[in-house]
Amino acid sequence: MAVKFDLNEREVWDGNYAASQALRQADVDVVVAYPITPSTPIVENYGAYVANGYIDGEFVMVESEHAAMSGCIGASAAGGRVSTATSSQGFALMAEVLYQASGMRLPIILNVVNRALASPLNVRGDHADMYLGRDSGWLQVGAFNAQEAYDLALCAFKIAENPSVRLPMMIHQDGFITSHTAQNVYPLTDQAAIDFVGVIEPIDDMLDFSKPVTYGAQTEEDWHFEHKAKQHKAIMDSTLVIDAVFAEFKELTGREYNRVESYDMEDADVVIIGLGTTVETARVAAKRIREKGIKAGVVAIRCFRPFPYEEVREVLKNAKAIAVTDRSSPGGAMGAFFNEVSAAMYTSVSRPIVTNFIYGLGGRDFSIEEAERIYTEQQAHADAGYITTEIQQFSGLRGPRLGFFKTERS
Amino acid sequence: MAITSVKNLKEFSTNNDRFEGAHTLCPGCAHSMIVRELMNSTDDNLVISSNTGCLEVSTAVYPFTSWDTSWIHIGFENAATAVTGAEVMHKVRKKKGTLKDNEAPVKFVAFGGDGSTFDIGFQWLSGAMERGHDFTYICLDNENYANTGGQRSSATPIGATTSTAQAGTHSYGKKEKKKDIVAIMAAHGAPYVAQLAPNKWKLMAKGFQKALETEGPCFINTVSPCCTEWKFEPKDTIALTDLATDSLMFPIYEILNGHELNILYRPKNIITAEDYLGAQGRYKHLFKPQYRHVIDQIQKDIDDNWIMLQRREEARV
Repeated sequence: MAVKFDLNEREVWDGNYAASQALRQADVDVVVAYPITPSTPIVENYGAYVANGYIDGEFVMVESEHAAMSGCIGASAAGGRVSTATSSQGFALMAEVLYQASGMRLPIILNVVNRALASPLNVRGDHADMYLGRDSGWLQVGAFNAQEAYDLALCAFKIAENPSVRLPMMIHQDGFITSHTAQNVYPLTDQAAIDFVGVIEPIDDMLDFSKPVTYGAQTEEDWHFEHKAKQHKAIMDSTLVIDAVFAEFKELTGREYNRVESYDMEDADVVIIGLGTTVETARVAAKRIREKGIKAGVVAIRCFRPFPYEEVREVLKNAKAIAVTDRSSPGGAMGAFFNEVSAAMYTSVSRPIVTNFIYGLGGRDFSIEEAERIYTEQQAHADAGYITTEIQQFSGLRGPRLGFFKTERS
Repeated sequence: MAITSVKNLKEFSTNNDRFEGAHTLCPGCAHSMIVRELMNSTDDNLVISSNTGCLEVSTAVYPFTSWDTSWIHIGFENAATAVTGAEVMHKVRKKKGTLKDNEAPVKFVAFGGDGSTFDIGFQWLSGAMERGHDFTYICLDNENYANTGGQRSSATPIGATTSTAQAGTHSYGKKEKKKDIVAIMAAHGAPYVAQLAPNKWKLMAKGFQKALETEGPCFINTVSPCCTEWKFEPKDTIALTDLATDSLMFPIYEILNGHELNILYRPKNIITAEDYLGAQGRYKHLFKPQYRHVIDQIQKDIDDNWIMLQRREEARV
């Protein structure tokens, strides 16, 4: 039996500590990990809980992130609850194995503390690592503060391990801004947390020798396509379970989560849609710019995969101009998030104006003033009825302004 | 400990078959002999992992599997990590009492070819050995990347021709000597490290049993002659393995706890390297006058290594 860990009704935790407490309360059996800034404390703390008897699990410190995820796969196929954490280069090194975890339908929970990808080397937060995982077959949800990092980690086990889902899941939080900023967090009691998360039900358990299993078989053109299609369908269909788990969590805690969050959207003409802590900046800016008569709103993507196309289209149906903010270097294209939102809105009846802002790379601050400028520009597009600037702009960049691709006008 | 007693080859080969014959390995491939022998050497439950390679692609092509026990393949490099992840989970679930059968003993075994062991998976193997997991890693050493058509690995001996280290008018094939994987694994301080061969099947079975019985990380390098890339007749696999062990190109020995070396097989009549090399197409070019010096070099290396092994055995350090 684990030693009791005393918790107050209100704690002051940063995002990393909040995530590690969720791992303890979910009674995670095995954490296989490798340290990297800024996610290191999550697994360090789990190791400390093991060392002090606060959890009956095992902490395995391996020699690389590739090995960390490889070990998680072996442990998960052996039927228990598994989690780890990483960032940036570590995430990139894991990339090969991320696809294998999802292809084998193993419900591993990965806490990703978002950080830029080198080169140049940078330890600050942007979303390059999150974007690298976007086709990997994992569910991806975003936490915008420490409370959410804790809440969503608990929800993640319940979603991923659901027998109709059986997919690995990432919980993203912004490096340093969320991971290292202490905030008030209201944890559940240990009993309430484990009652909510439940006990993992082993499926295709390698340690059940009455029914031998083969993991990681080869399929060529005869079966590979069907397997990947089935996997994609499972990801798309996971929305039912995600919504149900969020509803149950709200009933338990009063804290509401939606796959798409919206703020001041009832009458909004111009919108910033974003991921991560950007959302809280945009919310402040929207309130300020409304005082100047611009009807500004904010939409946040909580669930990046599966991407909530229908919900995005619904929440943006009355918007006139939408700024899609990508915190990842696009490498010769529009931002990936812009492309998703554009796909949703191109198939809408209203077809509003959609523009792309690349911002905040390598932890560059996204200021309230910058968000206000974006709203003002969106209002100009809305008034003109077309995109008056380049479709893609770099926001908050030093030196001459940078933009690409203009709208076609007859 | 439920270990099958080894009496005769017939009894041994017909019991407890958890590796099905219906696989797609080449006729004459020694991999299946080694794998079957491992699986027949114990009655305990087995969790097996395989690196990408000939064994893996030939035994688990959906919707078929040759493995009548738990088996996992992730990638080219990480079988050691996959199986030790399962080993850790077993420890936790046993403690918590959540296993289907909490009492039955379970053994954890990883297989890799020489490419995945000596080269691409070297770091993953080293990490798992250092962490001290209770598992056995078996390298099926056929001295090349056979699965991708015979490229050189760091296990390929000097003088062999491969598709990426070709013999020609200006080259005698691979220029570099084979990496001494057994010494490297012993240097990890592993409790049991050995080099074994399928022609000496009793020694191999005993070695496997010893590794499975030993608590902690064990490593066994097995010679697995590859008729396809070494270029000999499929029917001659065991005869060729005899040449490998009797020329001392593949000496059979074990190292306990990183220092206690025991030679397990001393050929009554040691044959020359030339006899071993001459039986394979991959060394054919060495018999041209301009490359004879490479044969001399190989013979010298074999002799030096045999002296070193005997001295280490005597010294017990």
